[in-house]
Amino acid sequence: MRVGYYPGCSLESSAKEFDLSLRAIFQEMEISLQEIPDWNCCGASPAHSLNEELGMALPYRNLVKAEEAGLKRIISPCPACYSQMRHTHEKVGLDRSLADRLQKIVGKEYQGSSESKHLLDFIKEDIGLKQLKSSMKSSLKGLRVASYYGCLTRLPGVKLDDVENPVIIDEIVEVLGGKPLGWSHKTECCGASLSLTRTEIALRLLRSILEAAEEKGAECIAVVCPLCQSNLDTRQTLVYKNKMPILYITQMIGLTQGLGYAKLGLDGLIVSPRDLLRKRGILEK
Amino acid sequence: MSYLNEKEIHGFRHRILRLTGEDVSKCIQCGKCSAGCPISPEMDLQPNQVIHLIQINDLETVLRSQTIWLCASCQTCSVRCPEDIDVAQIMDSLRKLAVEEKVPIGEENGMKFDEFFLDSIRKRGRVNEMEILLRYNLAAGQPFKDSHLGLVMLAKRKLSFSSRKIKEVCLIKEIFKNSKRFIKE
Repeated sequence: MRVGYYPGCSLESSAKEFDLSLRAIFQEMEISLQEIPDWNCCGASPAHSLNEELGMALPYRNLVKAEEAGLKRIISPCPACYSQMRHTHEKVGLDRSLADRLQKIVGKEYQGSSESKHLLDFIKEDIGLKQLKSSMKSSLKGLRVASYYGCLTRLPGVKLDDVENPVIIDEIVEVLGGKPLGWSHKTECCGASLSLTRTEIALRLLRSILEAAEEKGAECIAVVCPLCQSNLDTRQTLVYKNKMPILYITQMIGLTQGLGYAKLGLDGLIVSPRDLLRKRGILEK
Repeated sequence: MSYLNEKEIHGFRHRILRLTGEDVSKCIQCGKCSAGCPISPEMDLQPNQVIHLIQINDLETVLRSQTIWLCASCQTCSVRCPEDIDVAQIMDSLRKLAVEEKVPIGEENGMKFDEFFLDSIRKRGRVNEMEILLRYNLAAGQPFKDSHLGLVMLAKRKLSFSSRKIKEVCLIKEIFKNSKRFIKE
């Protein structure tokens, strides 16, 4: 299977381990990823906050590049990138005058033939949970995992799972042999870029997320967003007395496929999961 | 005899309607947006107050508020509104209006961060997180804020000073030049 891939900027730096682990598990499942040639940043929140048209023109160019490369399906791991792509794709299909404007700005036309998929959707619908299971060599051995979605399910253009009580990560954790936990903060906000501009607000939110996970007995948190991961991981020691490793779901999948610690970028996490994984027998001593 | 014209009563509401397609006159002031907002404790105006001030045509108070810049765009208000008002989208348009109307920005750091972020894209086509962090902390007068985190992240190669550009960076600059702040105005 060959599929288009839009990593987005975070996966080149602060979320490198998300990219590493995603590529590793896809290779293991014999799915080849083809990056959108010369892709650009999706614009994220700053674009739509300050310039509406820019917020769509940037994803529009990526859609054009994907289409030119013949990529019918594009996987985006980052919720913000995914939302921008999907939202733009949908708006262009509904509004002819907007489509004309964007075509003029970008200089090329997007015909609407590239389907954006979030990584989770792709795992569930295209790979399938059965297939995922058959790629496993070991299991998470009952590891108690709090799945954290942040604002993913609510973002514009995203139609993925239940908005307020999503379960798609929990389903994957269960297949991997982990124990998904019901908890209160699945879709609470991580504070996004407020962690830089108003750090005290983000710290308040992060603490309540970490404590809510602990209250239900979580040993770690599973995420799919580079910003959620970064906020919960890098600022954790400031607000939380214990250690709660924050793993990308792709890293968890990789662990069950027997892929190495470094290969999955697990050594890139600030709160190290090594002791936990050894203690639970998921990682060899 | 002088009397108020339509614009003086409903101008703000109509402008929001034109820009976003969202009609705040539907708002019944149930307060659900504020109840669910994760940032409400730090906001100077609650989200339902913002909507009410739009209804009563108080442009100044809304555009000068911190609230519009503190909104993290998490969309909780939008999905919970019983009248289906996309409150988060309205917040988004209010940020642009505040810049457009050149009012004093209620939360200047929020806007600075957005500007540095966009500038990084304009110059390279992609974001360089390190550059944004450094420029932002310098501009905010706190050059050493988070420096310990920065060092840890540099050591883990999660940040870098690389300034790689995409090939079509000239096109990105053109896109920036030709994009309008509001699509419908």
